[in-house]
Amino acid sequence: MQNEELILQIKDLKGYYKGSFGTVYSVDGVTLNVNKGDIVAIAGESGCGKSTLAELITGTPKPLLHYQSGDILIDNFNIYKTPSDILRKDVKTKIVSYVPQASLDSLNPVLKIIDFISDVVKERTGEKVAKTELVKFAGDHFERVGLNRDVIQKYPHELSGGMKQRSVIAISTMWNPKLLIVDEPTSALDVSSQKKIIKMLYEMKRDGIIESILFVSHDVSSLSQICNKMIIMYAGHLQEYGNMDDMVKKPLHPYTNLLMNSIVSFDPNGKNKEKLESISGSPPSLKSPPKGCRFNPRCPKVKDICLEKEPPLFEINDENRFVKCWLYGEGN
Amino acid sequence: MLAIWGGKLMSLFEIKNLSKTYSSGIISRVNTNAVKNVSFELKEGQLIALVGESGSGKSTIAKMLLKLEKPSSGEIELNGQSIFDYDAKDYYKQVQVIFQDPYSSINYFYKIDRVLEQALKLRNAELTTDEKEKLIKEALSKVGIDANEILGRYPHQLSGGQLQRFLIARILLIKPKIVIADEITSMIDASSRAGILNLLLDLRDNEGLTVVFITHDIGQAQYIADDIIVLKEGDLVESGKVNDVLTNPQHQYTKELLSCVPSLYTKWDLEN
Repeated sequence: MQNEELILQIKDLKGYYKGSFGTVYSVDGVTLNVNKGDIVAIAGESGCGKSTLAELITGTPKPLLHYQSGDILIDNFNIYKTPSDILRKDVKTKIVSYVPQASLDSLNPVLKIIDFISDVVKERTGEKVAKTELVKFAGDHFERVGLNRDVIQKYPHELSGGMKQRSVIAISTMWNPKLLIVDEPTSALDVSSQKKIIKMLYEMKRDGIIESILFVSHDVSSLSQICNKMIIMYAGHLQEYGNMDDMVKKPLHPYTNLLMNSIVSFDPNGKNKEKLESISGSPPSLKSPPKGCRFNPRCPKVKDICLEKEPPLFEINDENRFVKCWLYGEGN
Repeated sequence: MLAIWGGKLMSLFEIKNLSKTYSSGIISRVNTNAVKNVSFELKEGQLIALVGESGSGKSTIAKMLLKLEKPSSGEIELNGQSIFDYDAKDYYKQVQVIFQDPYSSINYFYKIDRVLEQALKLRNAELTTDEKEKLIKEALSKVGIDANEILGRYPHQLSGGQLQRFLIARILLIKPKIVIADEITSMIDASSRAGILNLLLDLRDNEGLTVVFITHDIGQAQYIADDIIVLKEGDLVESGKVNDVLTNPQHQYTKELLSCVPSLYTKWDLEN
């Protein structure tokens, strides 16, 4: 399964939430290859499993979320077969770094950014670094990612939401990880701060600080500004994967198609006359997902087989596109 | 339906030099000017969007229009009379609101039916139980909800989208002249969002409702509104027809704001 061109390989990944509430089949069989240098959008509605997928890739899911089966290879490290101390010291932040949702609030309110960084460095390297050296290391890095080096001497409450988010991303990339996973880094921020974050990610990739990005967001308009690939998740399944622009212009999966027709997006060239449509019904409960294709209760193109058998991920020839829908294979 | 006065549509709401200053602190007072000298008017059947980033004062204006906050200075007139002279019941028969979070808009200890029954009390007419039931069913079917499916349930048993539709049905029962919609889609998934916006457009077109649509999402303002007001830190920086303001902005701030709005149809030049 080793492959030099791929930064991330996921094979039939399953991860469920388990507790007194039962089992929630949140990520149920996701297969995915990401090339080095790609910026991949992971999009979908709330509860579709996009954040769960991101969390599983990091190798340390939070309590209640349980890795079930499947393989994840990041830069040829098999994440769930790597001993935890190696995962902690050599893989995380150095090969893969994860910026979770709402992480702008994860800064310690009683520590200056630099002291927070000092804690991170101690945890990750196990070494105690002299303060002056640390100030230089962190300051240089903040400057490299386009921030002012004075930011490290501030307390979180002195920074705006956008600046906190950018500081967290800067801290997460201090060891130049090959793959950066960001989960909704722009939501809850004003559009001007959102653009700054997208620009920061773009420049970090251009300048070689990071190599590839997985960008989780529900906002396809923002994702389309920076990503070259897109994954659409629905009810725990990866439904479609392909080039960003192709998927926006010519979605193949019935769900992607309906989703694209429901997105209200600003058009600088004037009001779009077309009436947008919403998708009728609501996503299924993932405690008891429907048999077969999980979109079948809402799908306008549903066939008998969709109710019985879960479709595999069909590859569409020459288009680098993968679609999990019976319309695109076997018996058509 | 529309009141014609002097060849022009009569203005329903008139907001004149509205300001709101919040003061805080005990020893040294700190004043925050949330809204500064904002004037605009609203005509019957108009759908106007108030847009701005956080701290622009758009929600403060909504609170003042709803009589939840008193302006520091300036006037708000409904049908030529100051809104603070209206009796509360009389006022809320004419002006209603839909908030961002449908779950916190409803008392979750009661079944949702109660919301509609109370809404009917705002009407003057004495209604029999049968008439009430008929009106409720009509209103629910207009917003695309099956009455049998949701009546008798509690708020937490419904999805955000369903509940927001339900609150629009409540508006239909009250039949106000004006609805203030404050970020009504921000807690709703993209796939149901268009439906809520279409519903609001239908109400305007078929019931003659006047809507103040408050949002931070320029795309939604463009989709739904006829006119737009752009706010920045309490100042009204630009207003006009949606198509003029959003395709040919005049004010520097509007230009900057629009340059930051992501669009599915164009791409940013991230190198510059």
